[in-house]
Amino acid sequence: MGSVTEAIGRTPADRVKAAPPVVCWFEDCGKESVPLVGGKCASLGELINAGVRVPPGFALTTEGYRRFMAEARIDREVRSLLAGLDAEDHGALEKASARIRAVIEAQPFSTEMEDLIAECYRKLAVRCCVPALPVAVRSSATAEDLQGASFAGQQDTFLWIRGVDELLVHMRRCISSLYAERAIAYRAHRGFGDAEVAMSVGVQKMANSFTAGVMFTIHPANGDRSVIVIDSNFGFGESVVSGEVTPDHFVVNKVTLDIIDRTISQKQLCYTVDPVTQKSRAMEVPFERQRVQSLIDDEITQLAWMGKQIEKHYGRPMDIEWAVDKDLPAGGNIFILQARPETVWSAKSQSAAAASGGSSAMDYILSGMLAGKKVS
Amino acid sequence: MKFPVPHDIKAKTIPGTEGWERMYPYQYQFVTDDPVRNQYEKDTFWFYDGLHYPEPLYPFDTIWDEAWYLALSQFNNRIFMVPPVRGVDHRIINGYVYISPVPVKDPEEIGRRVPNFMERAGYYYKNWDALEAKWKVKMEATIRELEAVKIPRLQDMEDMSVVTDAMGESHGYHLLKNYDDLINLGIKCWQYHFEFLNLGYAAYVFFLDFVQKLFPSIPAQRVTQMISGIDVIMYQPDEELKKLAKRAVELGVDSVVTFSQEWTQVEAALKKLPKGVEWLTSLDLAREPWFNISTGTGWFHHDRSWNDQMNVPLSGIATYIGKIKQGISIERPTAKVRAERDRITAEYRGLIEKEEDRKQFDELLGCAKTVFPYVENHLFYVEHWFHSVFWNKMREVAVIMKEHGVIEQVEDVWLLRRDEIKSALWDIVTAWATGVTPRGTKTWPKEIVWRKGVMQKFKEWNAPPAIGTAPEVIQEPFTIVLWGVTNKSLADWAAVQEVKDPDTITELKGFAGSPGIMEGKARVCRTVGEVGLLQQGEILVAPTTSPSWAPAFAKIGACITDVGGVMSHAAIVCREYGMPAVVGTGHATKIIKTGMRIRVDGSTGAVTIAR
Repeated sequence: MGSVTEAIGRTPADRVKAAPPVVCWFEDCGKESVPLVGGKCASLGELINAGVRVPPGFALTTEGYRRFMAEARIDREVRSLLAGLDAEDHGALEKASARIRAVIEAQPFSTEMEDLIAECYRKLAVRCCVPALPVAVRSSATAEDLQGASFAGQQDTFLWIRGVDELLVHMRRCISSLYAERAIAYRAHRGFGDAEVAMSVGVQKMANSFTAGVMFTIHPANGDRSVIVIDSNFGFGESVVSGEVTPDHFVVNKVTLDIIDRTISQKQLCYTVDPVTQKSRAMEVPFERQRVQSLIDDEITQLAWMGKQIEKHYGRPMDIEWAVDKDLPAGGNIFILQARPETVWSAKSQSAAAASGGSSAMDYILSGMLAGKKVS
Repeated sequence: MKFPVPHDIKAKTIPGTEGWERMYPYQYQFVTDDPVRNQYEKDTFWFYDGLHYPEPLYPFDTIWDEAWYLALSQFNNRIFMVPPVRGVDHRIINGYVYISPVPVKDPEEIGRRVPNFMERAGYYYKNWDALEAKWKVKMEATIRELEAVKIPRLQDMEDMSVVTDAMGESHGYHLLKNYDDLINLGIKCWQYHFEFLNLGYAAYVFFLDFVQKLFPSIPAQRVTQMISGIDVIMYQPDEELKKLAKRAVELGVDSVVTFSQEWTQVEAALKKLPKGVEWLTSLDLAREPWFNISTGTGWFHHDRSWNDQMNVPLSGIATYIGKIKQGISIERPTAKVRAERDRITAEYRGLIEKEEDRKQFDELLGCAKTVFPYVENHLFYVEHWFHSVFWNKMREVAVIMKEHGVIEQVEDVWLLRRDEIKSALWDIVTAWATGVTPRGTKTWPKEIVWRKGVMQKFKEWNAPPAIGTAPEVIQEPFTIVLWGVTNKSLADWAAVQEVKDPDTITELKGFAGSPGIMEGKARVCRTVGEVGLLQQGEILVAPTTSPSWAPAFAKIGACITDVGGVMSHAAIVCREYGMPAVVGTGHATKIIKTGMRIRVDGSTGAVTIAR
């Protein structure tokens, strides 16, 4: 883990102080970096180090967040605004949230922090050979994505952000989303104190996705661990994650990587980038493409293979977001955008399938014969 | 779930077939004159055994149905005392066999049967290998006995040896007795057939059941792959063809072996060459027993063996010679198959979360792997080897019946029940002894003409897949694994049957037999004799395949069958060759025509026809 401090804090002065860095490359993070870069960014770092293809990026660390909040004394203001607030009182909650968010969004970063962020952004653009590189800006909260506490999607994501100025604005908007009304209410219900929750912001190269979606390395309907289930649609993954379309659905055998079931749906809508505004926007899928399989078989197999590797690395079933980049050639164009432990089935304690009387083959055969098989 | 009442179906007699009941044993009839039996028949769930009988049964061929009616039921119900199930009951409507497992309904009786079952079945499972070795000895002795059965011709004057040996018996008596021996050997062979089969399938069924509980989406083909043998003897006939192909190339007679598709021409040409004679010697060694492989399932008199149709193995040998000449390997990739089986097994095992489930998995897998070779190997001994010899012995009986004018053609014999044949032989033998004309010369030929007409009408009849009243729970292991009886499968069969115009069907559903997707031209081969027409890369569409079809798989890109499950020959061979197969589609050979462009998805079991 030495690499995290080395990555950014390269000056001897920093090392002496041993202060955590303000920004940090994904590849310098691992699963133990959650307190520093939040669950999402830590997981991306973990994936990169496990050899998974992930779009490159960096994080504004929780240290960066704290410094930002402290430097302009926003933290005090927030504390006073939240003090004594009733989580059931929607009106009060709404007002406090709006006030906090306005304060955060109006407050520029310090020059030093701006420089650090701009430097990382420039390096990222150089690495990707794209000037004014479009990036995704996502929150990565320390309490998010943890097993049993999935409030995924509670914070905002901004896609297709270009240029340093836009980046800084959206990073602050991302931070402010930590104080969205429902986020405050959720924390109150779950008993998370507002002061304990820190925020990191991930800045990641936008995958220019031709097709994107989600993948579970367990069957979400029956908990079958021998399959990988993939949902996909054209364009960005938003349409799949949000449930705005019925995506194409594939079930892949995890052991053999055969596609054992497929449903090609009529996909009326997808998200692509608007060529004028350079923003993500929903658009209608041309009629003749609506029933076209959005992910070809080779890609399905390759993606499932990647899912299998990710599961193997984490040692548990995973919930994964992925994209196929349209600018890159086949064979190197499938990217993993996010991976987190699957929480629904993992939390259930499943009863054993073995015979209860004894473990010999005869015991099972007898109990099976006595139970019979329902005709269904 | 209710299906049509059997007696209503039967009551709609096909015009011109009135009286067909006399072609089959009387106990196979659905009855209306016995209220108790009638009520039992109505309350029972009967399904059409399309797996074994794609066509209506000829009266003589009913022998194997009776043989397994007895053998399966007795082993379940009287020998191993399977707790919840007795035997499988049988009926026939319009030549089609309907079957129904008979449950033990009284829970107390089930409980009483448990200790007996555990002791008896347990004994077989525990001593499986030793008992199976004994089985092989018994079975081979039975086949030798069958081969030794002589069907004597009746001479105008008995041979002098009858006098000098003081035989004290005539060949007329021997004909009657040896016919009985023939039939009894057939029944005995089917006794052995079921000695291990129920238990073998039970081990497989419950391994499948357990693995599906752990992994609800696991395809059955993967479970089969984990336990399938690699060196099963059903592959041996095909291996012999490969050996003969190699031998022909070694001896430099390959161009002679391949110069004609007509075996008699090839044989004549080979006999003229010293190396050719050497090759024929190798061939003769391979023919016994391996060419006793049936070109069908072996269940019917019209399934002839390679020995009967030498053009079939010849075409296989020619295919392999062609591959050798092109430098293509014809060896089975056994090491690869074995490694893949082991990898799949280990990966699934690794996905099991609970220790006790892993232990149960190991136990059931071990048991299934011990018993499964029998499930595959018995087919060669019984359905192929024994049956192939048996049908030809019966043809010898038919030749005598024809000589005495009771039937007009040898192949007419199959239109008689085996007890009618016995009566006809008595008629022949007494008339021969006495020096008069058998009465049957005037009665049987007429009856046979009528029965042929009835059989033709039966073939055109569509047998409903299920009749009677469906139960909630099915326990009989065969019903589940062999016939795959579920409401869904019944509904699927029914749906296709209801389509009036087969030319409008664009999709067929079957079992996913071997994964992968293939698009190409269809070639419908109704018999193995037609596989010579297959072009490289075509999709084979067949009623069912058997080991004698093996060489066809070296040419095709995918395979579709009407009948069979994930353990059927086509599915097993396709998995080994890594090509897609959809099996048990019910009607593929009726709907798909040669030359159509079709798409086979062996992972989902779907066949799409481009219209």
